[in-house]
Amino acid sequence: MLLTLSTTYTPATDLGYLLHKNPAKVQTFDLGFGQAHVFYPRADEHGCIATLLLDIDAVGLVRRENSMGLEQYVNDRPYASSSFLSVAIAQVYGSALSGKCKDRPELAATAIPLEATVVGLPAQGGEKLLRDLFEPLGYAIEVERYSLDEAFPTWGESRYYTLTLRHTIRLSELLVHLYVLIPVLDNDKHYFVAEDEVEKLLRRGEGWLANHPAKLLITQRYLKNQRSLMQSALSRLVAEDTPDADDAVAKKDQEESVVEEKIDLHSQRLGAVIAALKASGARRVVDLGCGEGKLLTRMLREPQFGDILGMDVSHRSLQIAAERLRLEQLSTPKREQIQLIQGSLMYLDPRLQGYDAAAIVEVIEHLDPPRLSAFERAIFGYACPTHVVLTTPNREYNVKWESLPAGQFRHKDHRFEWTRAEFQAWAESICARFGYNVRYLPVGTEDALVGAPSQMAIFTCTGDAA
Amino acid sequence: MTTIHIPEVALVVLIGASGSGKSTFARQHFSAFEILSSDYYRGVVSDDENSQSVSGDAFDVLHLIAAKRLKNMRLTVIDATNVQKESRTQLMRIAREYYVMPVAIVIDLPDSVCIERNRQRPDRQFGAHVIHRQRRDLKASLHTLEREGFRHIHVLRSEEEIAKAMLVRDRLWNNKRDEKGPFDIIGDVHGCYDELVALLLRLGYTVDPDGHDVTPPENRRAVFLGDLVDRGPKTPQVLKLVMGMVAAGSAFCIPGNHDVKLMKALRGRNVNITHGLEQSLVQLEVETPEFREQVAAFIDGLISHYVFDDGNLVVAHAGMKESMAGRAAGAVREFALFGDTTGETDEFGLPVRYNWAQDYRGTATVVYGHTPIPEPEWLNRTINIDTGCVFGGALTALRYPERELVNVPALQMYAEPKRQFLPEAQQAPRLNAQQQLDDMLDITDVMTLDGIGKRLIDTRLQRGIQIRAENAAAALEVMSRFAVNPKWLVYLPPTMSPVATSTLPDLLEHPSQAFEYYRTEGVPRVICEEKHMGSRAVVVLCKDETAAQARFGITDEGIGVIYTRTGRRFFADPALEVVFLARLRDAATTAKLWDDLNTDWLVLDCELMPWSAKAQELLQTQYAAVGTVASHALTHAADLLRATQTRLPEAAAVLERYQMRSAKVTDYIAAYRRYCWEVMSLDDLRLAPFHVLASEGSVHVDKPHTWHMEQANKLRTGGDPLLQATQCQIVDVTDDSSIQEGTTWWLNMTEKGGEGMVVKPLDFIVRGKRGILQPALKVRGREYLRIIYGPEYDIPDQMAQLRSRGLGAKRALAYREFALGIEALERFVRREPLRRVHECVFGVLALESEPVDPRL
Repeated sequence: MLLTLSTTYTPATDLGYLLHKNPAKVQTFDLGFGQAHVFYPRADEHGCIATLLLDIDAVGLVRRENSMGLEQYVNDRPYASSSFLSVAIAQVYGSALSGKCKDRPELAATAIPLEATVVGLPAQGGEKLLRDLFEPLGYAIEVERYSLDEAFPTWGESRYYTLTLRHTIRLSELLVHLYVLIPVLDNDKHYFVAEDEVEKLLRRGEGWLANHPAKLLITQRYLKNQRSLMQSALSRLVAEDTPDADDAVAKKDQEESVVEEKIDLHSQRLGAVIAALKASGARRVVDLGCGEGKLLTRMLREPQFGDILGMDVSHRSLQIAAERLRLEQLSTPKREQIQLIQGSLMYLDPRLQGYDAAAIVEVIEHLDPPRLSAFERAIFGYACPTHVVLTTPNREYNVKWESLPAGQFRHKDHRFEWTRAEFQAWAESICARFGYNVRYLPVGTEDALVGAPSQMAIFTCTGDAA
Repeated sequence: MTTIHIPEVALVVLIGASGSGKSTFARQHFSAFEILSSDYYRGVVSDDENSQSVSGDAFDVLHLIAAKRLKNMRLTVIDATNVQKESRTQLMRIAREYYVMPVAIVIDLPDSVCIERNRQRPDRQFGAHVIHRQRRDLKASLHTLEREGFRHIHVLRSEEEIAKAMLVRDRLWNNKRDEKGPFDIIGDVHGCYDELVALLLRLGYTVDPDGHDVTPPENRRAVFLGDLVDRGPKTPQVLKLVMGMVAAGSAFCIPGNHDVKLMKALRGRNVNITHGLEQSLVQLEVETPEFREQVAAFIDGLISHYVFDDGNLVVAHAGMKESMAGRAAGAVREFALFGDTTGETDEFGLPVRYNWAQDYRGTATVVYGHTPIPEPEWLNRTINIDTGCVFGGALTALRYPERELVNVPALQMYAEPKRQFLPEAQQAPRLNAQQQLDDMLDITDVMTLDGIGKRLIDTRLQRGIQIRAENAAAALEVMSRFAVNPKWLVYLPPTMSPVATSTLPDLLEHPSQAFEYYRTEGVPRVICEEKHMGSRAVVVLCKDETAAQARFGITDEGIGVIYTRTGRRFFADPALEVVFLARLRDAATTAKLWDDLNTDWLVLDCELMPWSAKAQELLQTQYAAVGTVASHALTHAADLLRATQTRLPEAAAVLERYQMRSAKVTDYIAAYRRYCWEVMSLDDLRLAPFHVLASEGSVHVDKPHTWHMEQANKLRTGGDPLLQATQCQIVDVTDDSSIQEGTTWWLNMTEKGGEGMVVKPLDFIVRGKRGILQPALKVRGREYLRIIYGPEYDIPDQMAQLRSRGLGAKRALAYREFALGIEALERFVRREPLRRVHECVFGVLALESEPVDPRL
């Protein structure tokens, strides 16, 4: 919410001309989301500091957002230097941003020694990102990170910084860099993403963005879609447990894939599951815990699977799956081939009966161990698919991942991870109780000592339950 | 004059040519909703009542509606020509599906009358040949109606007969809804006369020595579940006693399969003389032929099952599915006599029975017998009370509505059971039948599968609480991913509304509005309880693992659980929970709560401190993050403004504003810090119980809050520092000085940074003019509200915006969730099936996902 600009150019007060703001006044501007104050703590021959201070209307902000999470009320937006600051730069320092200066046109076109300080800057990616973004543009940078609460040192550091940039550069360039990169650093909630945003970025990025080593990240984050205004009912429910359930869902895939990305395990796993399903001769197949539909996409390509059901407990995941599968655009016969339903592995569900095969890919490790028996009875005891293809991580393999601290699971929501012996003991007990037999396959490249990264069991119903 | 008798629930098929006057007849004798006219549905689907081209669609709709009406036990009349067998086939199928009696009323008037009537109607211009054909079909039909399955066929052949016809609706034989008991329902007697007399005496009946004169205790009546005969030593005596009681109106009796077979044998039909029928016949041989004929007539006249007590009680020999109860059809009688047989037989040659009771979802209690079992057990509101007296078990009676079981042991084993019904005698399973069944819940018990429908839950406090599909969807995810074993989850706490917004300029909430609310609702005294700033915690606590298994059906999961308001386990570390629960158990033992309440389990409603124990992530990512960025930014801004002010005095106004903002943020940080402390061990936690919700046999909502506070205080007698007291104060809301004291108490507490207080009427549940009152209102302190409404909420311009807050939705939710939570506990205490408890708990969770301003 606070940006200071200063120069040691002589006369320093020329900064006032460049910014089009009189150093002898305290000026206030109305902006859509509140007010901006511009004032100069110092303005003399040798030094001039211009301050742009935002006064964001916190209550009005919430009203406009019209959303319902508690986090909306106790919110960093009135205090952080976010995209609001970019908007203010464009509106209050508009002519300086575009390099226009009626009174000192040649100065506007000249590189002068400038210092900019942004206070309360959230940086998703920390000091490294700050350096990655600004150093390639020639800035000398200085950062101060805020701790979360000095009364509770164990809570650690916050994501907010005071950033100071120094460079001999044209003022308009400096402002453009801040204009684009502040929201990129924040990477949170854009309040001004509009249709012409792509054009705007291209225009503002002219001359520097194309050669910036982080241009991909900058573009992606800058154009990040505005968060859906419709907060899911779920996020309200679990507000105390997880601040943002939508993000948690999105992060789930991310987190696991970060650990596993080196070997593209996920793709190998899906391939192996498809192979096992095809080999079973199944026609009617169900993907239990289909998530965002990666396996379903591959199933849909296989003509053998004439009847596909995707089930997940998360309504949000199913929406993403439907988008990913382009359900709305599919031709009628294709559309009738697949169905998505919300359901739970914890309840008996008549809709799941009568399938030739069920895929349960990286799902059971998300169930609390005491609830595993409910899952077993719902699927093996009640839905009774002829074949069940089930995968779960092989815990022994975790030692092979350097990024994974010892003893930790691959994902925060994993309630357990099994060794091969543990997995097989469980699978044998399933067979004994529910009348299945089982064989196992490694998924991913096997290590002589610790096995493959993921493990698969293929159950086949024998028709004689204990 | 012709009198036409039809059953009160029937599918009446009018049969007659076009123009025979069916519609007029229907209108005379039936109400508008009862009549489904094909012409009308032609109009519904095509805007033209006479369009023959849409007949298919019109009948689809008509059949669908007929089916729905019959499902709901509504008399339904089909007003269509129905002269062809094919047109009646689908109707018969629907009648069969819903076990409803099909009745044919044939209106057979001469062709000339029909033709003339059609001629007078400008919209009906079909030729005479159509009428001729219809009459021809009708004549042919007259011979086949009975074969098609019509149980009643009435033919009206003249205009005069039609005009004079009287229609009488007969009550279904099984409909005894106005008989409300009390009853003593007695299981399979099988000729065990001595045990029957002993049982009747135990039930308080007087029986004269020869068993002819039985007098029930006042108002009570006996209900015999059939199988009076066969296998046992004194079948004729049993028959005499029961027939006498039924004749005297002191008993009801329904037939068993053995009774019916005996009747057939007595009437000379060819039946296998096996399974004890031989004993009955031998014993009856010495009786008079008249008596044998009386027996046959008695059995022949018995009704397959009865529906008593406004539909709340169903009795049948072998059981009764919900879809069949109270209906009359061959299949219903078969089911009542034999139950759900699969058609297979087992290694003993006995029929393999499908346990219909497992799938029973009806609201009526079903009492039945037929299959001997060692101990009667409730399963989904059904109970089998055939405890195999003739096989050496016992003769059992169920007292209704008390639901007490009374039995007398058999004097001896009169017959050898084919299949051992006391299996491996002492090998009782670890869990009872209901608990085993409850291991799995069915998704259809909590949500509709089409994703759009809503569910309605009836509770004692509020009927028809709606659960919308999208809320159920959210609840399903949370329940599946995070909740504890549903067998523990017998309660979820309701949301609580704040008081109405204060009228004082600088406060959002103040006690006055709470006192005023209860006063205007007629409540004289309220209790103010300190509101702890922690996380809501529900504790289910058992005396030991045996109690957990016996009462909750949970094995190997310890002596209890502590869960959050969304049903999630409080502690990630199981070892911590075990120690926590053990200390609570010891506290309850020291407090003698187990003995005082005569229970071995408790459900406690509590607050667990510190807030940071549960909300650590929220605190760090939200509260502390906002605090740190706000204090840095505002301090920095104030510094710069101060420097500017030395140059430009006009900066003073902005400076003042930023200094004030900065001070508010400092207060905000202080506010959230009060609710945080580092938890290194269990000793750093504090649990403040404020309701002892339930224990064996009781949900303690019938006791005042002072009682709950006393129990909570008792828990602290052992001095375990884990347990924290809840300060409270009683306020007489009609007395100014008492109100003043209460207000001062609140002010002192909140000025020291306390969260505030909860104001409740002294009684747990209070009914006002418009249903139950808010069970509690919270009055939160000024500093606490900073972490709810934002650091700077009390700056006048912000406060002005915040004052307009609507409480209606929040309060409506509070009522509903309160009603559901208590209903869940009451169902649990009544030992209802888990799905019935779970439905309510799931409902609370679903309602919690309703979009309501979370700051309230």
